[in-house]
Amino acid sequence: MQRSNTYVIIFTAIMTVVIGGILSFTSQVLGPAQKRSIEFDTKTQILSAVMQLKKGDDVLGIYKKRIQSSVVDYDGNPIEKDHKGNPIDAAKVNILKNYKKDPKKREYPVYKFMKEDNPNEIEAYIFPMYGAGLWNAIFGYVALESDMNTIRGISFGHIQETPGLGARIATREVQKRYEGKTIFEGNKLVSVIMQKGEKKDPSLFGPHQVDGMSGATLTGKGVNAMLFNYLTSYKGFIDKHRQN
Amino acid sequence: MSTETLEQVVVEKQPQEQLFSKRRRRFVTDPLNDDNPITVQVLGICSALAVTVKMEPTIIMAVSVVFVIVFSNLIISLMRNLIPTRVRIIVQLGVIATLVTVVSEVLKAYSYPMYKVLGAFVGLIITNCIVMGRLEAFAMGNKPWDSVLDGLGSGFGYAWVIITVSFFRELLGSGSVFNFKIFEAIHWANFPTMGLMVDPIGAFMVLGILIWIQRSRSGYVEN
Repeated sequence: MQRSNTYVIIFTAIMTVVIGGILSFTSQVLGPAQKRSIEFDTKTQILSAVMQLKKGDDVLGIYKKRIQSSVVDYDGNPIEKDHKGNPIDAAKVNILKNYKKDPKKREYPVYKFMKEDNPNEIEAYIFPMYGAGLWNAIFGYVALESDMNTIRGISFGHIQETPGLGARIATREVQKRYEGKTIFEGNKLVSVIMQKGEKKDPSLFGPHQVDGMSGATLTGKGVNAMLFNYLTSYKGFIDKHRQN
Repeated sequence: MSTETLEQVVVEKQPQEQLFSKRRRRFVTDPLNDDNPITVQVLGICSALAVTVKMEPTIIMAVSVVFVIVFSNLIISLMRNLIPTRVRIIVQLGVIATLVTVVSEVLKAYSYPMYKVLGAFVGLIITNCIVMGRLEAFAMGNKPWDSVLDGLGSGFGYAWVIITVSFFRELLGSGSVFNFKIFEAIHWANFPTMGLMVDPIGAFMVLGILIWIQRSRSGYVEN
């Protein structure tokens, strides 16, 4: 029905306040549960770079028992405090925020996966990374064996790569192709390059190549760039711990 | 169709009507088949294509849409005499957007993997024409209880179609039902899965076949 302008303005003003109130209340109430969910999700991703998790696995328990984390700088030296002087926690380092900084000024989290029977011996190193896919951001965790050369496993995620094409980087099928590949040629970092096209025959690819994804060459390029950039950034740390 | 419903209400308005009278039952049953939002009105197609690769996210999506339709219908119907006509679309949008945000936040808190799969599409319920269509065509002119029933009808009409589509897409595309590898269970491990079904094109095809079956049974013809 027709109402006066004053009525319309008052009505919308009240509605805005009510809706705003409902939304901020929801956000406040659900905040802690959301934080727990995100933590669980992150830890699942980190662990899935080194092991195959099954549904119902005690992710938080395994993580607590076997993962030790630290933060290093571009040259591989440990960082103890953040820019405010507080003790730094690898899990709280925001990869996206750091991605936007100059690579030499970033903080780089390192997750160490310890042996099950000997919690002082390192079984694998896990590095988080971030980059651009075709449509939006891609990210992941790459695990290197303790020789710092062989890829132990990989876990990629994406925001909105094309379903059935680029989105396949998040599938086990594609991630499995990286296992056992090496990132060094002598002392030179060459990373692992996903090829164009899809041959589905692992024997055709060298130690620094993996089969591509048909119809998703651009996503593949994004993955290659992300891997190379971050492995280069972590090279300072890798060189310090590399066993020849 | 919408105007028809409106007239119906005016004509048959009675002082003491049963909670589930014949007229009210039709609010729920009509959209399930003869007036289905997806297959007959062809609304809400984008989400029907996008979320139906697997059954689990589809069910979550269906529940979310039913929730949003029912409650936005109820809220708008309760406020229908207060809403100024000139800003009614904005008011409707505000109500829908609030409900959708609440759903999305709840998913983020308690079902994070589903939130990651559905994320954008839950947000897009706001633009699902079914929801706003029902508010504009029904809830603005009808009483709350009728509106709730109407919302349930449209919601379930949407739900059964996308769940059916997702069943065939997951079965043929991934060889599983609710992530249970059904063909491996019956020792047919080399069942050839169709990549097409994982793509939105597969949803178009299943939806097309569904519409075909439904219309050949009901005899519905587009003018």
